[in-house]
Amino acid sequence: MAKLKSTLPNMLLSLTVICISAGAILAGVNMYTSGPITEAKAAALQRAITQVTPDFDNDPTADVYKSVTSDGDSLLIYPAIKDGETVGVAVESNTKNGFSGEIKVIVGFAPDGTLINYSILEHAETPGLGSKMEEWFRTDKNNQSVIGRSLADGNLTVSKDGGEIDAITASTITSRAFLNAINRAYSAYKGTDGSTGATGSY
Amino acid sequence: MSNVKIFSNGILKENPVFVLLLGMCPALGTTSSAVNGMGMGLATTFVLLCSNMAVSSIKNLIPDQVRIPAYIVVIATFVTVVQMCMEAFIPSLYASLGLFIPLIVVNCIVLGRAEAFAAKNKLIPSASDGLGIGLGFTFALTLLGATRELFGTGKLFGLHLFPEKFGSLIFVLAPGAFIALGYLIAIVDKLRKA
Repeated sequence: MAKLKSTLPNMLLSLTVICISAGAILAGVNMYTSGPITEAKAAALQRAITQVTPDFDNDPTADVYKSVTSDGDSLLIYPAIKDGETVGVAVESNTKNGFSGEIKVIVGFAPDGTLINYSILEHAETPGLGSKMEEWFRTDKNNQSVIGRSLADGNLTVSKDGGEIDAITASTITSRAFLNAINRAYSAYKGTDGSTGATGSY
Repeated sequence: MSNVKIFSNGILKENPVFVLLLGMCPALGTTSSAVNGMGMGLATTFVLLCSNMAVSSIKNLIPDQVRIPAYIVVIATFVTVVQMCMEAFIPSLYASLGLFIPLIVVNCIVLGRAEAFAAKNKLIPSASDGLGIGLGFTFALTLLGATRELFGTGKLFGLHLFPEKFGSLIFVLAPGAFIALGYLIAIVDKLRKA
């Protein structure tokens, strides 16, 4: 077949046909993959919640509610309930103070404000430096670990700022950002604490 | 030129990264580990293979004046397919390659092969050219990623070869990518001419 000449109707027709077929292919692939994508995301969230809270028998993603932090932002809180009693909460928190971009973490608290565990959902920190936060803050060495610390006594800060936590070597900015995310998580959780009467899901 | 020759051409003699010095952005940006480099390379290979075949089979239906937009639409379609499949089935790799996957659309290697090869050749030679160049790109990225991972963290494909404290962090960061790439190009050049 000879090559089509570059006349206006030819060009319009050719591009239209190409774009319509491209659209059709993408629609097909999207139909096929949108299910697995949602499932993969839900599974990742479920894994993170299970990791940071004690045993529960409810569905935290179904009981999720929003809560306002002290700086006016709102975060998602996933309550972990066993036998009708709240055994802990997982708070999906974030901070924009990271060294490169947003850091998203999920933090688990016991009802008394003790930090149970955390999991990093998303970050873009320097590989080999800031990215160490995934392990650093749960390693039981010197004052590194944040696990088991109670935030009811006040916010966590790095030792350089007069706090108790040892920052990651050469990554003070990331460490500060990480603790900021945790403090925000606690402030959101406390905002909905039964004692303040501010509970309620919406 | 036979199909086998076209295919092997792309891997060594016209290796896109080491010889043609094309596609430097993903080559430097995504190769912080061997697995990342390989994932990026394979994603690009798939796009190259499909777009070369598609462009070659519809080349007579595309008027010359609008060929570049037509090629870009074809390439972007396959990149989006790769992106959606990767997000659905290998989310961990998708998380670490992130922004670089959509950027395959503007990778000069892909458009370059569509324009310089697929638009002038039949389906089968175009497919072997796409596959050859793609695997050459994968080979280069995997080698660069492995070098950086080994010198940076003491690991190779996630396996510890020597303790991390002997690694030099600079290889994981951007400057190390340039240093490693420079030496690899020199070595490949020497081997090629020998």
